[in-house]
Amino acid sequence: MSQDSPLLPILNNEPTDRRGALKAVGATLGMAAWATAMQPLVEWSEDLNVDEFLQKHYRELTADQKVAVFKRLEEDTKRDYGADVSISDPQPMPGVQYGYALNLSVCTGCRKCSEACHIENNHDRATNNSYIRVFEMEKGGIDFEKGDATYDHPVPQPDKYYMPVQCQQCENAPCVTACPIEATWQEPDGIVVVDYNWCIGCRYCEAACPYHARRFNWEAPTIPAEEVNPDQGYLSNRIRPQGVMEKCTFCLHRTREGRMPACLEACPTGARVFGNVLDPDSEIRWVIENKRTFVLKEELGTKPRFFYFFDK
Amino acid sequence: MALWPRPFPVSLKLDSALSAVTHVNTSHSDGYPRFLRRCFTEATDGPWTYIIWMVALTAVALVGANAWALQVRDGMVHTNMSDHVSWGLYIANFTFCVGLAAGGVMMVIPAYLYDDDDMHGLVIIGESVAIAAIVMSTLSVVVDLGRPDRFWHMIPGIGKFNWPMSMLTWDILVLNGYLLINLHIVGYLLYMRYLGLRPNPKWYVPFVMLSIVWAISIHTVTAFLYCGLGGRPFWNTALLAPRFLASAFVSGPAFIILALRVMRLSTKFHFPPQPARTLIQIIRVAMCANLLMLFSELFTLFYTGGGHAAAAQHLFFGSHGSYGLVPWIWTAMVLNIVGAILFFLPAALERGWLRIVACVMCIVGIWIEKGMGLIIPAFIPSTLHEVVEYSPSLVEWKITAGIWAFGLLLLSAMLKLIAAVFTSPSESGGIPE
Ligand code: SF4
Ligand code: SF4
Repeated sequence: MSQDSPLLPILNNEPTDRRGALKAVGATLGMAAWATAMQPLVEWSEDLNVDEFLQKHYRELTADQKVAVFKRLEEDTKRDYGADVSISDPQPMPGVQYGYALNLSVCTGCRKCSEACHIENNHDRATNNSYIRVFEMEKGGIDFEKGDATYDHPVPQPDKYYMPVQCQQCENAPCVTACPIEATWQEPDGIVVVDYNWCIGCRYCEAACPYHARRFNWEAPTIPAEEVNPDQGYLSNRIRPQGVMEKCTFCLHRTREGRMPACLEACPTGARVFGNVLDPDSEIRWVIENKRTFVLKEELGTKPRFFYFFDK
Repeated sequence: MALWPRPFPVSLKLDSALSAVTHVNTSHSDGYPRFLRRCFTEATDGPWTYIIWMVALTAVALVGANAWALQVRDGMVHTNMSDHVSWGLYIANFTFCVGLAAGGVMMVIPAYLYDDDDMHGLVIIGESVAIAAIVMSTLSVVVDLGRPDRFWHMIPGIGKFNWPMSMLTWDILVLNGYLLINLHIVGYLLYMRYLGLRPNPKWYVPFVMLSIVWAISIHTVTAFLYCGLGGRPFWNTALLAPRFLASAFVSGPAFIILALRVMRLSTKFHFPPQPARTLIQIIRVAMCANLLMLFSELFTLFYTGGGHAAAAQHLFFGSHGSYGLVPWIWTAMVLNIVGAILFFLPAALERGWLRIVACVMCIVGIWIEKGMGLIIPAFIPSTLHEVVEYSPSLVEWKITAGIWAFGLLLLSAMLKLIAAVFTSPSESGGIPE
């Protein structure tokens, strides 16, 4: 707007330095308001450190850098959670491709697997988070619309069967394609992992996953020091930072060392079968070859590594 | 009739002496910074009504900034999003703003297709709306990030850019490219006017052409972001991109009509009535196409029924005893249909309140339809058919309002500059009254 436009009369005669002074006052007030508004950001940034900020993508870290990163994370856990933990980085084993199968005829819906996952993977205690959701399904079909994951009564109910769902470790994983910054990828043994220190928290992968397998850290997880599982993997169960994505990793910190996933060990009915599908003598291989297994949402072409079957 | 048919007189009287000098000896390397400084002075000065408006917008923007700072510090628990509904108001608003940005420019297609001279004048307004809208959509994505401190992971070359696989990387590229193109066009046209020179078509017409193609691409890529996800049947339809484009052809022109009205009421810069009429014609056609595609989509969903219709069923009629989205979508339907009817009344072609009401109805209607009506239903029911409701939290509303305030702040400043540069005391600068 120009000077000769119809301003208020009082302003027309005003000396410009008065205007200038008013503007200066306005600018000062504006800056003060800005500083106040941004105060929480300042508090938050005090907790950030430069090394963490500049940390490279997991796959670009050298061995030395990894050692430094793991040490820093262990110290952070001590400071923030009061727990002594050790962070390891087991590598995929050559000639191994994991597969998981679940016998729906024997699963009783006791949710022991969810619970074991909750403890093993250092999940947030407040939300009772777990990578496994167990659905109570109506017999006569596999229709999730009639399923219910929030049941709260003695199990098993006579007219129901139970279907635990966790990450299917898809061979053709839509979550991996979706991620704009390769913060999530598939390892050579088939496990889809997230670098919690690289993820920007856009949640595009969560929108892309057809199996509701991903979880977001809406706030920093809370766990009492004595409940923290100290045996942690960088790519798996270490305590996740606020604002990043997480998911089931087939307990790679256990399974890559030859142990079974926590959910399998906890299952009282033996419904769960886990192993190397490339090993012709493995139980998982036997199940896939001899049982009529099926995968969830086969039509989507995601090629899950998680199989379901009925026994009788 | 066109905006640039003859050499322009020295304009921007704030600076007439200065620009007279610049005129003689043009050194753009120091001339352009000086121009930008002038622009800043101009944008922060004005009548009281303007100052009050801008201060109010700044205040709302600051409330939003504060809410965002809280959200970054304490985590996204301040929002009502969950692992079931993992995208909410921010991404809804993002989608609408991309449409607005695209629509602001796509409406100049007729100007070039039919060589409509009057429409050429609207180019700069459309591009300004596009700039403000792109800034708003970028902000909407930034506030949706759990870790904005890691933004550098997204910078191609420095971070790790999952291109060409991830549609989100495409979106980042096209949105930023679009912003640059439009900044160039608006900056160039204004600078030339400021210098009193005639803009050289070589320096902007190719870019206008490019921005038109680009406008279509930003909205198409944004649609692909959603419709490429096989696990979300509600989005997984080939009609999504065409629907996005059709609604952009409504929201963009409607927004420009509002901007023109505001400029006519508050500045001396007036457009002839014809361009707005052309815009209304565009809106009429686009709104029909939009409603037709919506109808066709709904027919396919509801007539087929089954699992694919679950989201639409929930959206329009509620399911499993929850009805959170029902009022939203019916409000949008009523606004869109009544707005469309109003646009078809002959009176809409004349200046008056009718077309303003129609514009506001269609803008709000499309904001809901493309936002709460398109993003949220894809998550309810969830991929495993669980129904978890979502309605935005106060923090989400504050941040979204803040983004809008900031966008309007930018747009107001740009429109004021345009009015200042294009109106000079001696000559109306080729703009017919
Ligand atoms: S189940 Fe979901 S999270 Fe797991 S690999 Fe498949 S798409 Fe990714
Ligand atoms: S939330 Fe993290 S892992 Fe998921 S797509 Fe975004 S950046 Fe990638």
